[in-house]
Formats: sequence, structure tokens, C-alpha cells
Amino acid sequence: MQKKHFTFHVDLDAFTPASDEEKEYLVQMRPSSTFFRDGVKRLLKNKVAFVSFIFIVVITLSSIFIPMFWPYSYDDMLGNRPGEPADMSYNNLRPFEYSRTEQALMDEGEDVMPHIFGTDAQGRDYFIRVIYGTRISLAVGFFASIIVLVIGTLVGAISGYFGGKVDLIIMRLVDIIYSLPDMLMVILLSAVLRLTLDPVIEHTPLAAVGSNIISLFIVFALLYWVSMSRLIRGQILSLREQEYVLSARATGAKGGWIIRKHLIPNCISVVIISAALQIPSAIFTESYLSFLGLGVDAPMPSLGSLANDALNGLATYPYRLIFPAVIISLIVLSLNLFGDGLRDAFDPKLNN
Amino acid sequence: MADKGQELLRVEDLKEYFYINTGLFKTKPLKAVDGVSFSIKKGETLGLVGESGCGKTTVGRTILHLYKPTGGSIYYDGKKIESKSDIKEFRKKATMVFQDPYSSLNPRMTVSDIIGEPLDVHKLYKTKDERRERILELMNFVGLNSEHASRYAHEFSGGQRQRIGIARSLAVNPDFIVCDEPVSALDVSIQAQVINMFDELQDKLGLTYLFIAHDLLVVRHISDRIAVMYLGRMVELADADEIYNHPLHPYSQSLLSAVPVPDPKIARANQRIALTGDIPSPLNAPSGCPFRTRCKYARPECAESMPEFKEVTTGHFVACHFVDEIN
Amino acid sequence: MALLEVNHLQTSFFTDAGEVKAVNDVSFTLDRGKVLGIVGESGSGKSVTAYSIMQILAGTGKIVGGSVKLDGQELVGSGESVMKTVRGNKISIIFQDPMTSLNPTYTIGHQLMEAIMLHTNRDRKQAYDRAVEMLRLVNVNDPEKRMKQYPFEHSGGMRQRVMIAMALACEPDILIADEPTTALDVTIQAQILELMGQLQQELGMAIIMITHDLGVVAQMCDEVIVMYAGSICEQGTADEIFYNPCHEYTKGLMRSIPTADTAGQKLQPITGTPIDLLNMPEGCPFAPRCDNAMKICIHHRAERMRINDDHAATCWMNVKNAVDKGEMIIENEEGGEDNG
Repeated sequence: MQKKHFTFHVDLDAFTPASDEEKEYLVQMRPSSTFFRDGVKRLLKNKVAFVSFIFIVVITLSSIFIPMFWPYSYDDMLGNRPGEPADMSYNNLRPFEYSRTEQALMDEGEDVMPHIFGTDAQGRDYFIRVIYGTRISLAVGFFASIIVLVIGTLVGAISGYFGGKVDLIIMRLVDIIYSLPDMLMVILLSAVLRLTLDPVIEHTPLAAVGSNIISLFIVFALLYWVSMSRLIRGQILSLREQEYVLSARATGAKGGWIIRKHLIPNCISVVIISAALQIPSAIFTESYLSFLGLGVDAPMPSLGSLANDALNGLATYPYRLIFPAVIISLIVLSLNLFGDGLRDAFDPKLNN
Repeated sequence: MADKGQELLRVEDLKEYFYINTGLFKTKPLKAVDGVSFSIKKGETLGLVGESGCGKTTVGRTILHLYKPTGGSIYYDGKKIESKSDIKEFRKKATMVFQDPYSSLNPRMTVSDIIGEPLDVHKLYKTKDERRERILELMNFVGLNSEHASRYAHEFSGGQRQRIGIARSLAVNPDFIVCDEPVSALDVSIQAQVINMFDELQDKLGLTYLFIAHDLLVVRHISDRIAVMYLGRMVELADADEIYNHPLHPYSQSLLSAVPVPDPKIARANQRIALTGDIPSPLNAPSGCPFRTRCKYARPECAESMPEFKEVTTGHFVACHFVDEIN
Repeated sequence: MALLEVNHLQTSFFTDAGEVKAVNDVSFTLDRGKVLGIVGESGSGKSVTAYSIMQILAGTGKIVGGSVKLDGQELVGSGESVMKTVRGNKISIIFQDPMTSLNPTYTIGHQLMEAIMLHTNRDRKQAYDRAVEMLRLVNVNDPEKRMKQYPFEHSGGMRQRVMIAMALACEPDILIADEPTTALDVTIQAQILELMGQLQQELGMAIIMITHDLGVVAQMCDEVIVMYAGSICEQGTADEIFYNPCHEYTKGLMRSIPTADTAGQKLQPITGTPIDLLNMPEGCPFAPRCDNAMKICIHHRAERMRINDDHAATCWMNVKNAVDKGEMIIENEEGGEDNG
């Protein structure tokens, strides 16, 4: 048995009641932090995702701004000048090689922008063609994703919220669309649209891109939204039973209000992640369509068509395949890694 | 508008069946609420108790037309609620407070938006300032201060969230509030705060409550009258004290004796009326009196017909064939 | 010697936001055959204490100090091989939610037999017999039929009985019940509590009952520990705690529950909100909410003080009362009182 005495002297004053202010300072509310802010913090900690993000930004900005000051154009066959004989020395230059004409100009003291990636068989600067190809890939990826996002979310939300017959019909439609062969559809649609759309878009900026890309977008709009809609529908089905939705219904809110204010905002993280992972898929699809010759019309380059063209002189000029292939791979990889990072950061289920 | 003490809400033979798919095209009715009748006076608190599957939550939700009633009628202030516009008007007079403080508030909305939603839906304000004023007034009612308005629900504790839910239910200036287990998910020390708040608000604003709960001690504290439900039927209804001191239905008797009392001497001396077996599923409710499978007084007549919910002594209703004999 | 001795146990969770001291210097003993109740609200550390004893803490949790002795054998730091022989065998635990504690993809019989075969030398046939015996013990009718059924085919009350059967299959010395009846209806709760009391008498095992429901404590427990924010507020026999509470938190709890007498009157709640364990105040964790908090409470945690043979509390108010009366109470582990 141990007997111990107080380890300090008793100060009777300390036993008078504490005031409210003294108690107040003990408890402060923790600084406010939203779900979004927490997620961004987590994302920034993820180095791989961060680096990928930087890469995407750099590539996107390059593809937008470089063509503005780059002296060469993508369709400018440098050896061909109207009224003059063809200057073959521009063709098939290696990276940083100069043509005879350019060499002469440089000897005279003029500055000539080097061909960083060389030139192709028609004497076009390859670097700018790759940049334009990147632009097309990114644009297609981005816009196609948006289409898929909008249609998929809308359909999924309506189907999930209203349930019953509406849900039944929409989901059967989704099943049917799922079973359609997308490649076949693209090819068929391209063939049809080429005949009908080409005359229509002839003098518009779209002509440069070509009807194939339009048909690509149309096919995306028709077919690729289905997986997004299934995803959103699943989310909505589980969210629909939440008590705050019940509360909104008890208040008298209608379906549209509930979907807009309650259901979709709570799916946002899923939507964003899904969209982020959709972009590389769209880019890849465009690339191999272009590779097959079903993409943008020449002379507008696409990373896929550049890769295709490069096959001809592969042994002699391997870099013509390597550059576009590496760029596509890096774009798709970094978008995937970023999408993964987004999911890790924002997926509510993965958090505890 | 009814005066205090006059009937405000009346429910007659309310039925709510949910149809469950049992086969390819076959459905079976889950009789969540199977013929419930009662009324509530203005300014009164009617406590509704029962265990899982009794249908008390469904009663609350059906009254607010969150589910379309399968049968029966609901009268508010003497008028029957039938058409869409009736329901719309009713929604401005009757609101609900939910059980789970964590899932009853949208995590993506600020406190101000959560409380203001009913104002937005019913377009009850003309200017943004009016809206803000009203929201701050409501927050004041429940003891939240203005700096909380722009925060998100997850930054608050369970008790505070429940206050937000209460403020939301007051937004339209209702007369009648259905409280669906509003304190069950809260810590004991916080429950008392919220219960007091319900009391205060009732006095200050002249509210009428349907208070649904499974904690009998809480219900007794706050209710004027109490109704006991079992498997979709109301088995007893009486003044709060009357039910606690003289429960007449065998289920009420065993329910009350099963409540653990926080007093060791009483707890040890308490003779519990043990019930055998589990609560049957509402999908397979026994024929006749639903309680007969666990009732120690059960007789063959109990399986044949559903007992009538009749007034045995003034204001005391019981649904049991043999209520006189048992007591 | 006491069956279980917990001394200065400290368990923390190391999260992104900082260290959470879930259990902060907890000491108590449990004798054979006794029922100990640990009462507290969310964040009190009552469940974490139990998980620390069994060493089944989730991911980021670690025991950072103190000792847990079972029959004289030290468990903290003893390693997985030792703990494996303890869990399910000498100490068993049943959890709150019978819906999720049983594996939905295996039959009840399979799960029961698994528990038995893991810890004893029985073969399949013997395990089966033992399992049926256990089901009968927990008043499950038609046990052979139940053995072949799946958890989802049963109600909450039935599943909790199966959990109890599983927990008792190896005749443990201690049964830890973590809010075993919170998810159950009142009448089912009464059945389960009665069953537990009956089994406790028959098998002579000790029970640690973790709950927030004071009614359950009053009915079941011989001794009670009241916890708040990871520390013990007071501990003693059930009668002492209920009829002579000596910690402001316990007093507040007793005052705030509705009883037969409070109908129609205002309740006396404890003001304020439960503590944020990441934001612990300097002195007594209950001080911000305590109506009678004194200046000393703000800056200094009280030390454990003996009220009488059956009761100890950690609250400065006792010192004040003693000083007012002209007595001195001594802080102690187990000690005498000095009048001076």
C-alpha cells in the first residue's frame, strides 16, 4: 500500500470558479476546410500526379502558342515556291540539318530557324507538324470528353433519379448501344458523312480538319457516353436514398432541382475523374483512326497519321515515327497518371 | 386555423404497402402501415414508439406524402389532403426533422443554403437580403451564430448538425413537425440539449409535434400522449403517464418492462416480462393480431381476426381481443 | 491477483492531422466472474481501450505506453504469436453490429466451427457437436437447422446470439462486449442482456461491457468506469457511481437523462459539444463544458483520488470539498486516507 502526498502546494485561489472567458479560449474551431481543398492538398502531395499535370499543361500551352511564332507552317512545302523550280534540298532533312538553300542563306549571315525534327518527304518542317498533330489530338480528346460527359451525366442522372419505366427503357438502350461495334460505326459513318458533309463544310474552318473528325465526334456523341451514364446512374441510385434528398422532397422540391442541387454536386468527383480518364481514351481512338487513314484530312497532320506516314521511310528516318509515337505515349500516360491521382485524392470511398 | 387544443391533424385508416418483387411478374405487399388512425391536437406532442418493422417511420413519411398513401385519408386543419395543390400547401405547414445528422445534410452545401432551401423552393422571399435575414433569424432560434452560415455541415458536431436540421424545418414557419428519431443518433449529453430545444421551440412558436422514437424514456419526457405500434398496427394510444403507469396491451407491457432503467436498485428488482422469439418480418405478418406469436395470452381467436382499436377508458385506446381479461 | 490488470495504458492514432490520444493513461483491474461496465460517449476511448487489450487496433493505432496483464502475463509487446493464443481463447469480443460482424458468405455452422477448431484440438465432428451445444446454450432453437443457414437469413437478435456463441465456444475467461445491444430493439436487447447475465453465472466468466447506455450499466454491471476524452473520470461499484457520483461529468450525465420524474420539466443538459481529440485543452478535458470548472481545472489535470474503498475519481471538485471540510484526500493507486 502506497501513501503519497500532494506533489504541489495547494493554492486555494486556484479553486475558485473559472470564468466563461477562461473556458472559451480552451476550445477553438479548427480552420475550415472543404472537401475540395482537402482533395487538392492530397493531390499536390502525389508527386507523380503533379509531374504529369505539369507535363500536360506544358504540352497544351505549347500546342497553342508555339504555332503563333514558329516560322514554319504545317502545310508549307518549303521546297515548293510558285513559279520556281522545286527545291529538293528541303526534303528529308535530318534533325538540325539544313538544306542547301538555307545553308547558303546562313553563309550570307541570315538567321535560319533550325528544323528541330527535320523535314518530311515533302519538305515540310516536321516539328511544327508534330505540334499541330498534338493540337488535334488534344482538341479531339478534350471536346470528345466533354460531349461524353454532358450526355452521359444527363442520361445517367435522369435514369437513376426517376427509376421505374424511364430507367428501364434507358438502360435497355444503353445495353443495345454497348453491343454496337464502335469501329465499324466510325468507318461507316465516315464514309457516309464524307459524301454529305464535305460540300457543306468546304469553305469553313472545319474543312481543314475534314469530315472524318466530325464523324468521329458524332460517333462519340452517339456511342461513347454509355459507360459514363452507367457510372453516374449507379452513383445517383445510392445518393437518392440519402436523407438530405428525402428532406428536399419533403420540402416539395421537384426532380430537376434535386438532381441539380443535390445529386450531381455529390457526384462531381466521380464525374471529373471519369472525364479525366476519358480524355486519353479519346486521344488514343483518334490516333489509331488517323493511323488507319480515317482521321483528319491531309495536309492537316495528326500524331497517328504522322506515324503512318513515317512507316514508309522507317529504316532511314526512324525519328519520324519515334517523335509522334513518344508524344502520344507521354500524353496518354500523363493523363492516365493524373486521372489516377485525381481518383486517389478525391474518391470519397477511399478516404477514412 | 385551429386553435390550441383543437384537432390539427387527423389520420384515418392509413395504409402504406410497399410491393416487393417475388417472382418475374409477381409482387407481394409489405404492409408497412396497415390501417392506422389517430389525431393530434394543436400544440400537442404525440409520441410514436415501436420497434423495427412497426411502421412508425413510414407513418411519419406517409403523412408528409413522401410516399403516396396506399389507402386511408389524411386531414389537416379539417381539410382532406388529396390533390397536388393540397399537398403543396401542406408542405408549407408541415415539415420533418430527420434522424441521422450525418446524412440529412448535403455535404456540398453551406449551412446557409441548407437552411434556406425551403425558402428557395417555395419562393418565400423577394430579395437576397430578406433571405439572409430570415436564415440568420432561424439560426438564432436554434442557437447557432452567424459566422456558422458559410461553413459546411461536416465541420460541425452531431448535435450542431441536428440544430441545423431543425432550423431548416422551421424555415417555412410550419405549424406541424414530424420528428423522426431526432435524438437517437446523438450522444447522451447532447440529447438533453436538443430535447430542451424542441420543448422551447414548441412553447415559443406554438408547434405541434409527431415525435417518433424508440427511446421510451425520451418519448415519455417530451410527449403529451403516446401511441405504440407493432408490425404496422397501432396497438395502444393514451396519455403519456397513463401508458407508463397502466399499459393495457400485452406488447406495451413487455416493451415498457424491457427498458433498462438507469438506477441499479430498480434495475435489479425489475421483473421483466420476457418476450420469446424475434419480431416477425412485416412481409410475413401473422394473421389476425400481429402480436399473437409472442403474446403469452394468445388464444385461437387471436389468429382469426384483427382486434379493433377501441377506446377502453377515456382517451385510452387499445387493440386487443382480451384486454379486459388480461388486466 | 486480479484476472486482468491494466496500468497506465496509452493508445494513440497517428493520422494526417496529428496524434490522437484515444486512450490517455487508463488503469483498472477486473476480477474473475465480475461484470465491469465502461461508460462513455463518442470519443471517450472506451472501445479503443478494449481493442488495445485485445490488440486489434486498426491501421494507424498503436499502444504507446502502459501494461496489460492477463493472469499475471504481460500482453503489451508480447507479439502476435502470444496474442493469437489469447484472442478468442482467453479473451473474446463481440461487436455492436451483428449485421457486419458475421461473414455473409459462410454458413453460421462454418463460422462457429472455425472458431472452435482454431483454438482447441477438436476435429470436425467434435467441433460440430460443440457448435450445436453452444447454439443451444444461447437459446437458439433448432440448432442443427441453424448451423446450415447463412447470416442474412436471421434477425439481428439471432445473429448476436450466434456471435455470443462464437465468442464463448472456447470458454474464455473474459468476454468483452462492445455495445452489444445498441443496434437491437428494446425487447430483443432485454433478451440478450438476460442471456448474457445467465451465461455469466453459469460459466463464471468476467465481462467487460462497453456501452453508452446507463440503463444497461445499471442492470448488468458490478463495477463501472466512466470515461471522457480518453481518460477515466471515475471508477467504482455501480451503486457508488449512480448514487454518489464524484466527477462533474458523471453528475452531468446523471442529471441529463430523462427519467420518470423529469417528465414535463426541462432537462439539465451538459452544455457545449463533445471534445475534438485533435484539439485537446491543457487541463481537464471536461473543463470547457463543466458548469463548476475552477481555475485549477483549466491548467492542470486532476490526479486520481480515492473517495472510499469502492470508489476513485479524477476531479478537482473532490479536493475542494475535502479542503472545505478540512480533510485531505490523497491521490493514490490504492491507498489509505489521511485526515489532517
